[in-house]
Amino acid sequence: MSALTFTAIKTTEQRVDMSPLVCHLLKDLSVAEIAAIELQNGKRKIRVDELFEISGDDAQNILIKNSYAKLDFIAKELHDGVMTVEGEIGAYFGMSMKSGELTAKGNVGLYAACEMKNGLLTINGNAGDFLGAALPGNKQGMKGGTILVKGNVGQRSGDHMRRGNILIEGNAGDYCGSRMIAGTIAVMGTTGRFLGYAMQRGTLLLWKKPTLSAAFNDCGSHTLAFLPILFKSFKKLDSKFAEESAAFNRVQRYGGDMAEKGRAEVLVKL
Amino acid sequence: MIINGVSIDETFAEAFPMKATRAIITAQNEKWAMISAQAMTGFATSVIACGCEAGIEKVLDPSETPDGRPGVSVLIFAMGGKGLAKQLETRAGQCVLTSPTSALFAGIDEGLQIPLGKNLRYFGDGFQTSKKINGKRYWRIPVMDGEFLTEATTGRVDAVGGGNFLVLAKSQPQALAACEAAIVEMKKLPNVIMPFPGGIVRSGSKVGSKYPALGASSNDAFCPTLKGITKTDLPPECESVMEIVIDGLTKEDIDKAMRVGIQAVCDLGAENGIQRISAGNYGGKLGPFHFHLQEIMA
Repeated sequence: MSALTFTAIKTTEQRVDMSPLVCHLLKDLSVAEIAAIELQNGKRKIRVDELFEISGDDAQNILIKNSYAKLDFIAKELHDGVMTVEGEIGAYFGMSMKSGELTAKGNVGLYAACEMKNGLLTINGNAGDFLGAALPGNKQGMKGGTILVKGNVGQRSGDHMRRGNILIEGNAGDYCGSRMIAGTIAVMGTTGRFLGYAMQRGTLLLWKKPTLSAAFNDCGSHTLAFLPILFKSFKKLDSKFAEESAAFNRVQRYGGDMAEKGRAEVLVKL
Repeated sequence: MIINGVSIDETFAEAFPMKATRAIITAQNEKWAMISAQAMTGFATSVIACGCEAGIEKVLDPSETPDGRPGVSVLIFAMGGKGLAKQLETRAGQCVLTSPTSALFAGIDEGLQIPLGKNLRYFGDGFQTSKKINGKRYWRIPVMDGEFLTEATTGRVDAVGGGNFLVLAKSQPQALAACEAAIVEMKKLPNVIMPFPGGIVRSGSKVGSKYPALGASSNDAFCPTLKGITKTDLPPECESVMEIVIDGLTKEDIDKAMRVGIQAVCDLGAENGIQRISAGNYGGKLGPFHFHLQEIMA
């Protein structure tokens, strides 16, 4: 069996809701049935075979080629299976993903992995704002799993995050970890302004010294026993985080946000 | 059966089902991991009065521990699940949490999960934080030397307790030397502990007593000073008997440990004063696990 492949044969003016093209919804369908699925495209509907050339037959391994930035909701609620997307990707990539592996070869838009529940989501390019965040009005963002971003991320990554890991090899924008409830965000690059704004609990693990607000207090330098275990859990990833040289256990610990619960921490590599 | 001049009795050791768990203690160095492990497994020779039977299973290389530091694994056995959970928690709280630089991890993943650090976290008075890594929950409890890291739970499994054998020798020093040699070899095996002091018991017991309040009393049939006044099980020239009790995660683990231990004793042989190997049982009516000495040594 070869990967079920959707190759975009044209682009659209309006955004496309790609949520029906996900492993668990396609597993019992024939290629003809898949081709006949109608996707929401702006205010009209478009057949799958009008937008994509379809090949392959393994619905547990889906490949989307020639993706463009107006394809939204790719891999929404992905439940088992493997999905890979080549090209630019729109908003809500991997939204509410439950399990499995999801990979973006290019850049992704807003709200990628928002309210993700489990699984591994890898973004080889950059990610937009609200990575792993809660949807507007909701109280809890990402609740589990791992997001690996090899590029940079926009603002408010991990907003309202509840559990899980966000690993960023590049830089993070403003408000990284804002309103975070718990979980871990690791950033190898630089971080923007208002780091950990209104953060309740959880860990921001940084390689570079950030600009911290007055609501984070210096708790001194420490050797923390949980860090080797955390780094060991990254070993299987295809990432800089898996490298031996990336691991450390000596950190400067800042506690905050003292305007909130004050049980969160920013750990900066020493 | 005679091995190197040592007679192996045609009898069996009788053992009982127990509940068990393993915990891994790490520290800045092996010395402090061992100190913590010794404290945690202290006063845990027999369930008769200690609440559990516990012992150090082995020293762990940093490559074998979850946090990459030197460590020690301990096994704890109790008659029931509730008793085991209580003993584990009490001992973890008083002996590991308090021990400098220590961290505490689960040593068994399968089975029913029982609290390890799950409730100890409240010592953190609200400053404790948790991390869920690879599906396992850890608690970070702030303490005066830094941070106490503990896994939330560990696995509880069915196990076997009370495997044993008796070493009958011409003199007390010879009995002790033989048992010491056995313990050295048995300690090399995983999944078993010998919970008595140094792994050796000099006061083996029988069920019951002339005093109604006591459930167990001295095993007079194997007491050499009573040879002439009780129904003795000892040859006239026997001056000392010592016992090795074994708790193991499975019957096979105990089988193996008994074989290795008895062999070590027999290697010293009759020329070193070893006369017989026997075992303690209750007629086969109390414990479902029977370890027949001659079958084990065949």
